[in-house]
Amino acid sequence: MEHRIIDQQLNRLRDKILLLGGATEAAVNRAMQSLTNRDSDLAKRVLEEDKIINQMELEIDRMSIEILALQQPAAHDLRFVISVAKITPILERIADHASNIAEAALILNDEPQLKNYVDFPIMAQTAAEMLRAALDAFTAEDADISREVIKRDKEIDASYHRVFNELLEMMIDNPSATTSAAHLLFVAKHLERIGDYVKDICELNVYLREAAFIKHSSIQ
Amino acid sequence: MANTEQSVHRKRRIVNSLMTILTAACAVFATSILLFIISYIAIQGFSSLSFQFLTDTPKPVGEGGGIGNAIVGSAMMTALAVVLGLPVGIAAGVYLAEYGKNWFGNIVRFVADTLIGIPSIIIGIFIYTLVVMPMGRQSGLAGGLALAIIMLPIVARTTEEMIRLVPNSMREGALALGAPQWRVSWNIVLPAAASGIATGAMLAIARITGETAPLLFTALNSRFYNFFYDQPMSSLTVQIYNYATGPFEVEHAMAWAATLILVGLILVINIFVRFLTRKKF
Amino acid sequence: MESKISISNLDFFYGKAQALFDITLEIPERQIVAFIGPSGCGKSTFLRTLNRMNDTIPIASVTGTVMIDGEDIYKAGTDVVALRRKVGMVFQKSNPFPKSIFDNVAYGIRINGIHTSKADLAARVQKALADAALWDEVKDRLTTSAFGLSGGQQQRLCIARALAVQPEVILMDEPASALDPIATQKIEELVVELKREYTIVIVTHNMQQAARVSDKTAFFMLGKLIEYNPTQKMFTNPDEKLTEDYITGRFG
Repeated sequence: MEHRIIDQQLNRLRDKILLLGGATEAAVNRAMQSLTNRDSDLAKRVLEEDKIINQMELEIDRMSIEILALQQPAAHDLRFVISVAKITPILERIADHASNIAEAALILNDEPQLKNYVDFPIMAQTAAEMLRAALDAFTAEDADISREVIKRDKEIDASYHRVFNELLEMMIDNPSATTSAAHLLFVAKHLERIGDYVKDICELNVYLREAAFIKHSSIQ
Repeated sequence: MANTEQSVHRKRRIVNSLMTILTAACAVFATSILLFIISYIAIQGFSSLSFQFLTDTPKPVGEGGGIGNAIVGSAMMTALAVVLGLPVGIAAGVYLAEYGKNWFGNIVRFVADTLIGIPSIIIGIFIYTLVVMPMGRQSGLAGGLALAIIMLPIVARTTEEMIRLVPNSMREGALALGAPQWRVSWNIVLPAAASGIATGAMLAIARITGETAPLLFTALNSRFYNFFYDQPMSSLTVQIYNYATGPFEVEHAMAWAATLILVGLILVINIFVRFLTRKKF
Repeated sequence: MESKISISNLDFFYGKAQALFDITLEIPERQIVAFIGPSGCGKSTFLRTLNRMNDTIPIASVTGTVMIDGEDIYKAGTDVVALRRKVGMVFQKSNPFPKSIFDNVAYGIRINGIHTSKADLAARVQKALADAALWDEVKDRLTTSAFGLSGGQQQRLCIARALAVQPEVILMDEPASALDPIATQKIEELVVELKREYTIVIVTHNMQQAARVSDKTAFFMLGKLIEYNPTQKMFTNPDEKLTEDYITGRFG
């Protein structure tokens, strides 16, 4: 059955986006490790590997355009290429946030440690789990899991508000810690943004599976 | 392996050239017969050709004479055959092609094919019994009728073939515009097949111009110019027969000259047909 | 959206062989509906039931109803000539008559006696040619043979010929399948343009063409209507697995 020319190209595209997903996931995890473990070398590695991720994004764009132009995909094939083309820049932006976290880590690692990061690892873990689940759901084209992941975005938002208040109190109590606290606030914001992006990926998973746009509509 | 392939290839080339040469030789042979006949007739007949020969009536040996009345007779009987045979033949052909996909069409087609195969002398006898006997004498009318009967099935069948060549899409195009079937046949199909039908008609005319046998019984011959269909009428072919079977050299020479004229006429008709068909492509 | 043609429970037979099975379909007015499907799926046969072109096949028979403007066209006593004037047709191979360009377009007007005068005839021919986007290309050679036109021009001439009798519906049987991409594009633009005034049903082998021009698409297979949906849905998310397999080239 599957002897179509387009199948080879779609399979290559699938391989590429899974690689990009893996690289993005690794970048987020390593960035958080570099912060919690005060590991500046790891942070540098994250910044270094972001270039590779940018490269992958360009390549997937090129492949998607080529398939659209030359194979004129329809139905599921079309939805797959469109989903890949839309998920790719989202992954790249998630990787950018990971880089930003790594940059913050480089600065924070030179400062005395403010507090034991308790909320951060939880928040980071939630984000990483959601990202992994979203990518798995993409591979399996599972709309139900995707909907579950979308709901979990609220957990990240809640963590963010907790961290935000905590850091604000810290700044008021200890003005000398303001710089560090401000950087940590940015890290929290990056994680919160990653959660939003994962949500976008899950919405595209639902589109891929059901051809339904659930973005901008209240989730049931 | 390569060697066998090469030898097979060589063998094929040789066989190919041999067959080409053989077929070319056959083609040359076939055309040379025609060329030989035409040139022989030309050589034999050219000396006796003159304006007088073309206009005079036959005279006793030694007084000259010609084929003027025979040319007129042939033209008149051919014209009669065309007037009678062509419209009926074409109409029958249209019927066969457009409406004849039934048992009746099959019968008509079978009858037409049989009629084409019947020796023309039998048609002469048929007209002799049917027209000459009741009239009490041979006539141009009887001759023309015999030629018309010979022409009819040829025209009908060529018309049918030509109409079948008109693409069905053309008929559908007209039907889809709301044209009734008869209008489609009349002002779409027939004009589209016109040049082919004209070719068939001209070939049929060339064929009947060369007929002798049916005219022997029906039109007989005449030594005079005759412009009336109820009288015996001279024709080129019968005149040739008379001259050729005569005892004198002069007569034989005149037979050759008349033959040259007849062959020339048929050639002109054929070339005209070529010209007509060329337009199509 | 009002239905121009509504077909219900249509079966079609060639002799004893059934070619169409229980087709039920609504064709909305002033929309373009495309019929797609593999060769021999019955889409052309179905198209031809809509102006009774299958009447020319002696062994063909039809059951079920085809209503155009609420009139059953298979009802006894239906005027087939009037029906075909109302439901024009353009064929796969351009089929101009062996006549001049002008006479080709004038043919339908003349046989149906639509024109009131010579000037009226000329005006109608010009309008039809203009509507078929051909007037500018042929206005200086109206009296020359239609066979002198290019393939694409011949097909637009056939469209003009069909338009000249002022039909309400135009059936097109793979109108661009024998044309090069430029000529095809012109035909497609024309088809979309014609939607303003006519209801158009187009049979095509070219799925991209169906996707480009039509509002609704019907997918046929083995004489059955498998799926009928808005074209946009058909090509992004068809309901039927068979449709998906066909439009993504998994068979056929």
